[in-house]
Amino acid sequence: MSAAVFQLKRTALYSRHQALGARLVDFHGWELPLQYAGILKEHEAVRARAGIFDVSHMGQFEISGPGALGFLQKTNTNDMAKLAPGQALYSHLPNEKGGVVDDVIISCLAPGRYFMVVNAATREKDLAWLSARIPEFDARLTDKSDFYSMIALQGPDAAKIAAADYPQAASLPRFGAIEAEIFGALGLVTRTGYTGEDGFEFIVPHAVAEKLWDRFLGLGAAPCGLGARDTLRLEAGLLLYGQDIDDEHTSVEAGYGWVVKPSKGDFLGRAVLERHMKEGVSRRLRGVKLLGGGVPRPGCEVFLEDRAIGVFTSATYSPSLRAGLGTAYLVPADLSAGTRVSVAVHGRRIPAEIVPTPFYRRQGAKNAKA
Amino acid sequence: MPKPESCRFAQTHEWISPENGTAVVGLSDHAQKEITDVVFVDPPKPGRKLKRGESCGVVESVKAAFDIYAPVSGEVVAANEALTADPGLINKDPHGEGWIFKIKPDSAAEMDALMDYPHYLEHLKSTAAHGDH
Repeated sequence: MSAAVFQLKRTALYSRHQALGARLVDFHGWELPLQYAGILKEHEAVRARAGIFDVSHMGQFEISGPGALGFLQKTNTNDMAKLAPGQALYSHLPNEKGGVVDDVIISCLAPGRYFMVVNAATREKDLAWLSARIPEFDARLTDKSDFYSMIALQGPDAAKIAAADYPQAASLPRFGAIEAEIFGALGLVTRTGYTGEDGFEFIVPHAVAEKLWDRFLGLGAAPCGLGARDTLRLEAGLLLYGQDIDDEHTSVEAGYGWVVKPSKGDFLGRAVLERHMKEGVSRRLRGVKLLGGGVPRPGCEVFLEDRAIGVFTSATYSPSLRAGLGTAYLVPADLSAGTRVSVAVHGRRIPAEIVPTPFYRRQGAKNAKA
Repeated sequence: MPKPESCRFAQTHEWISPENGTAVVGLSDHAQKEITDVVFVDPPKPGRKLKRGESCGVVESVKAAFDIYAPVSGEVVAANEALTADPGLINKDPHGEGWIFKIKPDSAAEMDALMDYPHYLEHLKSTAAHGDH
């Protein structure tokens, strides 16, 4: 490996990752754990028990003021008017063409006070995008990303672990949000995640991140890295910005029409998105599952008979399904589930089929879409 | 199955060990640790003729694919069928049940030219020092 030409950013939990023997990788300029015990073990821990992830690289913005709601309505596809204090919502930031600037989770802390979690790789872009559109509103946006660490506690045992010290957080409904005192510091807890399991995301000042991490480890959560995070989220049908969605594909094309609420009033890209919803789309992000052995990767081509119909945006071996799978923008967009296709992996054509997403749904899960 | 001490090693981390006129090939313990959880193996098919150094198969983890190279020239005489059902055998028992294929070498000389275990360990140290991974 050649000498780093720039210093990778490290989270407040860096020394913990080192001590745990994590394999560290460069993720959008951050030095983060790819894995500790191994991706398969970590994946299984989250599906069966509980795991914790250092997601401190993610960005956090505060939006406040009497015009905050109006500003968020204009810059989001989802309906922020539905958001009462103590609630969070998944949304897309659309551009004028209906493409996606970023996908975010917004919590309402109080009337006129919101907290937005954005992707690490898009933090600067989002900040510029939002800052350019805020002046016409009586609202203020502050980038708090450098102030907060973020730990995701995920899995069927997550609520039990959270309840040990944070009973109020543990009793939050799905997509609930609550400010909490965490080792003497003010943090935010949301019942959200990126794994398809029950879970929480703890957003805390850096000074208490190690204490919280150690506490969760002590309560039995397994440390998990980016590798398991990716297999878990892909199985759960959750999008990865920059791979599955970007400025050039609309939310409807991504199969996320449910985050687009044209009835709420005007917002960026509304005309395009409304048209896509009414008239349909020519390409759509679809799930494809391999029927033969082999591990597909992003970039692998999908074929309908001999015709290339799309390219995997995300793809991997699925530990839960024990099969290769991925998502691709397919043309035609509306092939029915069960349609036989094939995927080119290392020059071989592996039989595959179109399947509904999510590929994996936890037992007893209600449809979390709102 | 062969202990590392009785194997020869290629720079590309395959081990090979003579067995009744043929030779067994697998991946070294070092390699399986680097690769981590193996989730798929595509070994060379019996009957295929290989040249030394030729890419002849693939071992995949969740995150990446790793080529397998023929440590010697010869004809493939068997592939380890057990790896289809349990690719993780490469991690659990790299020098035993995790063997990958058997080859009938064209000559014994090529095998002798490969590294013995002490030399392979030296090789690992020197590549680690140069940050080869």
